[in-house]
Amino acid sequence: MTAELGPRARPDEVARTRARFDLDRNPVAQLGGWALRAARFDFGESFLYNRPVGGLIRRAAGNTAVLAAAALTIATFVGIPLGIVTGSRRGALAGAIRTVSLVCLSIPPLLTSLLLLFIASRTGWLPTGGMTSVEAVDAGWAAWVLDVARHLPLPALALALPLAATFERLQAQAMTEAIHQPFVVAALARGVTRRQLLIDHAWRVSLRSMCAIYGLAVGALLSGSFVVEYVTAWPGLGRLMYEALRARDIYLVAGCAAMGGVFLAFGSLVSDLLLFAADPRVREGQTT
Amino acid sequence: MKFAGRALLIAIVLVAAAAPWLAPNPPGRQFDAYLYAPPTRIHIGGEYGFYFYPLRIVSRLERRFEEVRDRPVRIAWFDGRLLGSSDDREPLLLLGADSYGRDIFSRLLYGSRASLGLAALATLAAMLFGAAIGGVAGFAGGTVDEVLSRFSDFVLVLPAIYVVLALRAVMPLVLPPRDVFALLTGIFALVGWPVVARGVRGIVASEREREYVTAGRALGAGPLRLLAVHLLPAARGYLSTQATLLLPAFILAEATLSYVGLGFPDTVPTWGTMLHDASNVALVGEAPWMLAPAAAIFLVVLAVNLLVQGSGRSPVQLEP
Repeated sequence: MTAELGPRARPDEVARTRARFDLDRNPVAQLGGWALRAARFDFGESFLYNRPVGGLIRRAAGNTAVLAAAALTIATFVGIPLGIVTGSRRGALAGAIRTVSLVCLSIPPLLTSLLLLFIASRTGWLPTGGMTSVEAVDAGWAAWVLDVARHLPLPALALALPLAATFERLQAQAMTEAIHQPFVVAALARGVTRRQLLIDHAWRVSLRSMCAIYGLAVGALLSGSFVVEYVTAWPGLGRLMYEALRARDIYLVAGCAAMGGVFLAFGSLVSDLLLFAADPRVREGQTT
Repeated sequence: MKFAGRALLIAIVLVAAAAPWLAPNPPGRQFDAYLYAPPTRIHIGGEYGFYFYPLRIVSRLERRFEEVRDRPVRIAWFDGRLLGSSDDREPLLLLGADSYGRDIFSRLLYGSRASLGLAALATLAAMLFGAAIGGVAGFAGGTVDEVLSRFSDFVLVLPAIYVVLALRAVMPLVLPPRDVFALLTGIFALVGWPVVARGVRGIVASEREREYVTAGRALGAGPLRLLAVHLLPAARGYLSTQATLLLPAFILAEATLSYVGLGFPDTVPTWGTMLHDASNVALVGEAPWMLAPAAAIFLVVLAVNLLVQGSGRSPVQLEP
């Protein structure tokens, strides 16, 4: 109270501010009221920014979603094709991919972001942090999008590299398992070409275990994005949460945590939908 | 691959154990004339054997150093430690110096003790706790199982990194290193146990129906003895897999927390606090040796991944 109004506040001002922060009611009623509002995604006002938590979180969550979506796209389009190659072939190429993947797997986002930042600051190829430049804020819509697109690759790559390696390893494993099943031999005997066999038959079967990974990947993206956002100053959910924690802004912290939970739930929903699309047995309603 | 991973891991642990003997300088000692000094180059040959030239700062603004060519310093071997400078005022900086002029190489060695020790202890705690809860849930069944399983599911769906951050932030931000160590161990164990518990519960619940358990019961073994002596050993393989996943995750979690300033204070050398020192973008471009702890973390994670890959298990570590 003293911090908010100063030591010489008049009694009626104090009373009004107490009412504003709900401090005039007993603790149980305070907690109950807050929980009721929180259930409707109204987390109250942030102490740190003096603004409703909802708006702050929506912006930050949007930024995190852009970053996570970019990283997930890169990881999918790099990791899965490579995994198909290493899972179905032997030889120098597959061995090389496997080695690179093992190295990438061992560089978690904290290290990749630092490493990429180091490269960027040495070469000047990419901006070394933030989401927008100062000049681009007022330069109109198209310039703003272009500017964000210039800032995006570094954090997205930092987040995507370890994830792509994980996808590659898992896809390779699932592919190897699929290839050793009897139906592949049957298809070969019927004269299906090698390419068709790999894509139409073996890969479709291996998709089943890949779908389950996507739900988990969202959790990994969230934790990874906290570090990457911190290192590269990307104004996302992780960064907001960190600032809220440092300032002891409990409403904002609770909001961020809830938003993280929403992301996770969304991830498992997407993974279930993918499974539904990929596996006819699930569509038929059988559980295996 | 498995052999390489195991050898690397053993080497890292040995280095951590022998840190005081291997480190050329005390980890906390500041060499005021050597802020951001580059790694010392070692020369071989001549009358000195191994020697190096001490560095003098030429330009403080550009942080440019030059070797003093006319005054070589001999490297002393096995003088209470593996190697060190024979002149106490001229430090041997194998990986350069940080922003306080401390020896990065020595700090890296000492830091491995805190980072690895914390991760190992937290892994052990998470495994014990998870195995106990999962074992009881799987063995008891019924309501107990239902309550314990739902509880661990609840912890499992929370985004782990946010839970760690929130738990750390409710505690006072500045604590003595010993308390930070205990606190972080506790937090990591709290976040790590549900995965272990869920797997152990499944194994115990299916093993419980086997004949040898019935036989044990018929011979008069109580539930505790059955659980500890007969059922939990069945989960050994699963537990070792989980340990290899949790250990690097915890090393990384410590590094992340210390990096953002919520872990150990800066005076304690750990890999995280050292990375924190390297977080200045402009500086890292000029002084890449500040990223040495990143390389150390990479080596540990690589060793664990080699071990896991070699034994044919999938190296999924999706949580932090």
